[in-house]
Amino acid sequence: MSTSFPKDQEFLLPASNTFIMLSLFAAMLLNWLPWHGIWLALRPDFVALVLLYWCIHKPYRIGIGIAWIMGILADVADASMFGQHALAYTVLAFGCIVLYRRIQMLDLRLQMLQIYPVLLLAYVAYAAVHWQLHGYVAWEYFLGSVVSVLLWVPLTLLLQAIPRSRSDPDKL
Amino acid sequence: MEHTRSFRFFNRGPSPVVRLIFFVSLSMLLLFVDARYKYLESARSLLSILVYPLQRLVAVPATLWHQADTYFTFQSNLVSDNAQLRQQHEVDAAQLRQLQVLQAENQHLRQLLAVQQYADYPMQVAEIVYTERDIFKRKLFIDKGAQANVLAGQVVMDDSGIVGQVTRVYPWLSEVTLVTDKDHAVPVQVLRNGLRAVVFGSGDTSELALRYIPISSDIQEGDVLVTSGIDGTYPPGLQVARVSRIERDPAYPFSRILCIPLAGVDRQRQLLILSGLPKLPKRNEALVEAFPDKPKRGGRRKP
Repeated sequence: MSTSFPKDQEFLLPASNTFIMLSLFAAMLLNWLPWHGIWLALRPDFVALVLLYWCIHKPYRIGIGIAWIMGILADVADASMFGQHALAYTVLAFGCIVLYRRIQMLDLRLQMLQIYPVLLLAYVAYAAVHWQLHGYVAWEYFLGSVVSVLLWVPLTLLLQAIPRSRSDPDKL
Repeated sequence: MEHTRSFRFFNRGPSPVVRLIFFVSLSMLLLFVDARYKYLESARSLLSILVYPLQRLVAVPATLWHQADTYFTFQSNLVSDNAQLRQQHEVDAAQLRQLQVLQAENQHLRQLLAVQQYADYPMQVAEIVYTERDIFKRKLFIDKGAQANVLAGQVVMDDSGIVGQVTRVYPWLSEVTLVTDKDHAVPVQVLRNGLRAVVFGSGDTSELALRYIPISSDIQEGDVLVTSGIDGTYPPGLQVARVSRIERDPAYPFSRILCIPLAGVDRQRQLLILSGLPKLPKRNEALVEAFPDKPKRGGRRKP
């Protein structure tokens, strides 16, 4: 699964702020697609995934603050309680900031195993708030975390490939 | 010297733990304020102005697909549909004539009984923009909001029954909580014998539950439930559900009764918003006086 690039170079690849913002924006639009029924349960949380990616790869640019703002926007779009997504994404970003050095060392498949607990923690935070406010939990909600973590490898490859394809013509 | 330089070089503001605590407590504060006091509705509608165009944009492919789908229907389908609709129209027209006779008779009887009229409510048609995006909730969004004088608490129905209740209003959009939302309660009566009860949502789109009905009560499979109007939120006489299964277990004081919603809670695209139910409170008081021991509240959130 791991690419042919040496790992330390991989993570030094430049990423412009606009690219980061665009990727977060695209993830948000994907989350807002009209998902329905069982697809809603299986829907991966694209925003959480992209936030994870940037928190791990550019931890000094995308951190807890931006995660929180994305969470507030998600709360407005989903008509959930103010702060529900924000809390989940804050926890997520914190997990990444703590673990990013270790995760960067690992190969993509092992990264999945490291990321899953962080992602699950965010899901649990969201569900716990809902449980506190409404008194029950829809367990199929957690299916989304499994699908999300399975999408980690394709997403990482994609987000690494896009800036590289842009910089290639300059090299030639 | 070296130490201080490197220290300044890596100085990136407060540590992650401090930030975590700050943002978590900020979220908690927002959650508390939002859940307890509902102060944040104006901020929410302000942000929704930012978010709303994007959400419509994202919904465009699905709408286009629907439109293309309807555009490319076969002529034979159209012909058979047309024939069917014509037939339906004749049946409906006959029934409508009967209904008119019954209405006239009913009005006459009501006048005789000096009971206040409550038959006509102003309605407006709204279209579903998108359905719930949160798996925990049974909600949908319709394209009429505060600009079209929609108020929270108004009842939403389709041609065959109650769909839900408006729970939050944005400038061009409002949020409808479906009757199937978990623990959403509607006060009902059994059409056959007038037995009063409260029907609760089960959190599943195709199921409602009738709770607290003693085992001995006269209720059968296939009974139609209509709103009783006792709560003052739902107008009386609108169809809600049909009883689909009854389990009477003598070990429990109440029987377990499941119902199927009659309205296309998860099927329609156009819905009706009932507005202007100002006559109800008076009637409601009279009813409450007459039957003081009955369930009083229906909609969870009243305006």
